[in-house]
Amino acid sequence: MKTIKLNAAIGASVTGLVVLAALVALVWTPYDPLSIGFTDRLAAPSWVHWLGTDEFGRDVLSRLMAAASTSLRISILTVMTAVLLGTIVGVAAGYVRGWTDRILMACNNALLAFPGILLALGLLSIAGANERGIVVALGLAYAPSVARIVRGSVMSLREMDYVAASRIMGNSEFFIIRRHILPNCVAPLIVLATSMFGWAILAESALSFLGLGVPPPAPTWGNMLAASRPFIAHAFWLALFPGLCISLTLLSINLLGDALRDHLDPRMRGA
Amino acid sequence: MSANPLLKVTNLTLRLANGGSLIEGVGFSINAGEIVGIVGESGSGKTLTARAIFSLTPPSIQRTEGSILFEGKEVTQLTPSGLRNLRGARIGMVFQEPMSSLDPSMAIGEQLDEGLALHTRLKTAQRRMRMVEMLTRVSIQDPVSALGAYPHHFSGGMRQRIMLASAMLLHPALLIADEPTTALDAIVQKDVLELMVDLTRQYKTAVLLISHDLPMVARYTDRTIVMHRGRIVEQNTTPELIRVPVEAYTRKLLASMPHRGPVRATSKAPLIEVRNLRVDYPGRGSLFRVRAPKQALKNVDLTINRGEVVALVGGSGSGKTTLGRTIIGLIDPDEGRVLFEGLPTARGSDGWKRYRTECQMVFQDPASSLDPRMTVGALVEEALLSMQNITRATRRERVRETLQEVGLTDALADRYPHELSGGQRQRVAIARAVIRRPALIVADEPVSALDVTVRAQILELFSSLQAQYEFSCLFISHDLGVVEQIADRVVVMRDGEIVEAGERNQIFDKPAHAYTRQLLDAVPRLPNGLAGVTRADLRAVS
Repeated sequence: MKTIKLNAAIGASVTGLVVLAALVALVWTPYDPLSIGFTDRLAAPSWVHWLGTDEFGRDVLSRLMAAASTSLRISILTVMTAVLLGTIVGVAAGYVRGWTDRILMACNNALLAFPGILLALGLLSIAGANERGIVVALGLAYAPSVARIVRGSVMSLREMDYVAASRIMGNSEFFIIRRHILPNCVAPLIVLATSMFGWAILAESALSFLGLGVPPPAPTWGNMLAASRPFIAHAFWLALFPGLCISLTLLSINLLGDALRDHLDPRMRGA
Repeated sequence: MSANPLLKVTNLTLRLANGGSLIEGVGFSINAGEIVGIVGESGSGKTLTARAIFSLTPPSIQRTEGSILFEGKEVTQLTPSGLRNLRGARIGMVFQEPMSSLDPSMAIGEQLDEGLALHTRLKTAQRRMRMVEMLTRVSIQDPVSALGAYPHHFSGGMRQRIMLASAMLLHPALLIADEPTTALDAIVQKDVLELMVDLTRQYKTAVLLISHDLPMVARYTDRTIVMHRGRIVEQNTTPELIRVPVEAYTRKLLASMPHRGPVRATSKAPLIEVRNLRVDYPGRGSLFRVRAPKQALKNVDLTINRGEVVALVGGSGSGKTTLGRTIIGLIDPDEGRVLFEGLPTARGSDGWKRYRTECQMVFQDPASSLDPRMTVGALVEEALLSMQNITRATRRERVRETLQEVGLTDALADRYPHELSGGQRQRVAIARAVIRRPALIVADEPVSALDVTVRAQILELFSSLQAQYEFSCLFISHDLGVVEQIADRVVVMRDGEIVEAGERNQIFDKPAHAYTRQLLDAVPRLPNGLAGVTRADLRAVS
């Protein structure tokens, strides 16, 4: 197709920008995001501090950039953990069926019964409030929904004629899972993983907001937003820019996810 | 043709918004009380034409030209309320899928009442009487309680009778039936169609019967219109059209009809012996009660000899697919066994491994039997992956050869299944089955999803491959015409039991069992020895 898909283009460019900012922040930020300067407290956006400074005189742009790399890293690791765990459980339950299915799904449903954020809070109080703790807690909290989706896809896929055909050809069950089942689960998984990526950013922000996330002074979008509360009346930029970062990133990731799903499905190509 | 036909369509042209033409200059007329058939393959525009009569075409499709006169009124000029008065009241419609054309959450009585309440001024009691009368007329048992029942309480055939009743309640002048019996068994199909013909004759309703099934249309209609690619190819009174088809496409359609194949000498050495097979499906039961298991197969015995094509026929639910799947090893029997070259083939036994490599299957719907994420080449190659001692290069070479054998060019090897036509897809499925040179192929309704002309080509391909490689074949089909063409021996099943088995000619000419006779009688067939239609017409360019 010659015409550019607008949604995909917007999604890709904004996501690209965020990723770029996160990468740049690893080696360079305009100011040190942690350095405290009492002369410039709560400065409005200006040519010196493009997005202003916070109550400790720290540069907001630098902190946003540093926070982007933390947030993205946590989200990516969380999604990977959840997808890996959920896929293993989902395939095992959906393909083997019987008692394996019943036991796995009973555990899964028990986990699903807790709101994700509550489950993560509980796990975090065990694992400790640090990056690894957040990844493990959120990963475990999101894995059950992945398992549900994967199990559903697998259950319908295993009844497809091409799976029967492959079995008739004498191929092993592992071969069938790798060759026919997993690739056909990818489309729903991509959509779920992208929206989960968004949730993870949001959940990490919420946990930081509640004080259970990445401990200060290290910046994340969530704890920046949390810290802005007392100043929202006379320093709008403290709340506005982290909030914009969170919502724009979520939106663009979802746009990208939809475009990816369309692209990954060969039936949608050239249609 | 009388001076004032009931419906007169002239020069109807439908286009897509981008100018793509769907229907070109279609013109025909229907007289009062006449039964007219439109025959065509998928994509020929037959359904669109029927929908245009109601102005029920999708919004993306524009009528650019043409007029539709119904009872002297120009339908295309009618206001929306004028159209509503026409639909249902003067023109009734029966759709293909009785599952989806009846609302599952409404009682039958409510659905039937909708049209009556809208178009007549009858009192509730009068409407109810009329509904009961009509349901009685379409042979619904206990019509009074049927009014309170829901669609899922009825079988497909019964639902289609109810559809027919609801269309005929208002005594329309024209009934449009779009593939009304395609989803039904042959015997049920015959009942429903005969009922439709009776009923419409009684009320002097004209019928426009739309179907891909030429013999069926030939059996029930007075006049036939042949459509192809959005145009009318030929129209004539039905007997004349069959006797002296003029256009090449009509001749091709007629030549595509299955015909009896020659009697072949087959070996008497058994390849597959099915002994005393029983398969149960667990009973559903209610929340607290377990129902006894349903017996899908009851003590089935069957032998397939080397190089022989055995056809398995029967209505839906007769267990023919279950038998095929059990023989191929996808379902484990609850009792009895399947012997391959005299060896048992139970899962895990010595015979099993060899058997697995020696039998293959072709499924009904190539759209679901081919993994949508794999290319044609990869799909066919997959059949060789479980073989040892074969290099990648040899595998590729064999894939190329096999694709050629089934009539697919090299260029198609990199395509995905959705980029192929239905016929090409089924060729891929056949290539995948024959590439291992199996001793047995189980083919489950392999041509049912295909258009008639494509079906003829695939059957020809199948026969020639069978003659070349001499594999045995269990050919499962509900289509007796196809069976008559391809089978050496025929096995008839009903309710999980084999009721009759014998040589093809014996079954077709001297059926012994009443069910077989009923089945044969239900299938419409064209007269033998069609004048002037030869095998050469099959290859005519379309």
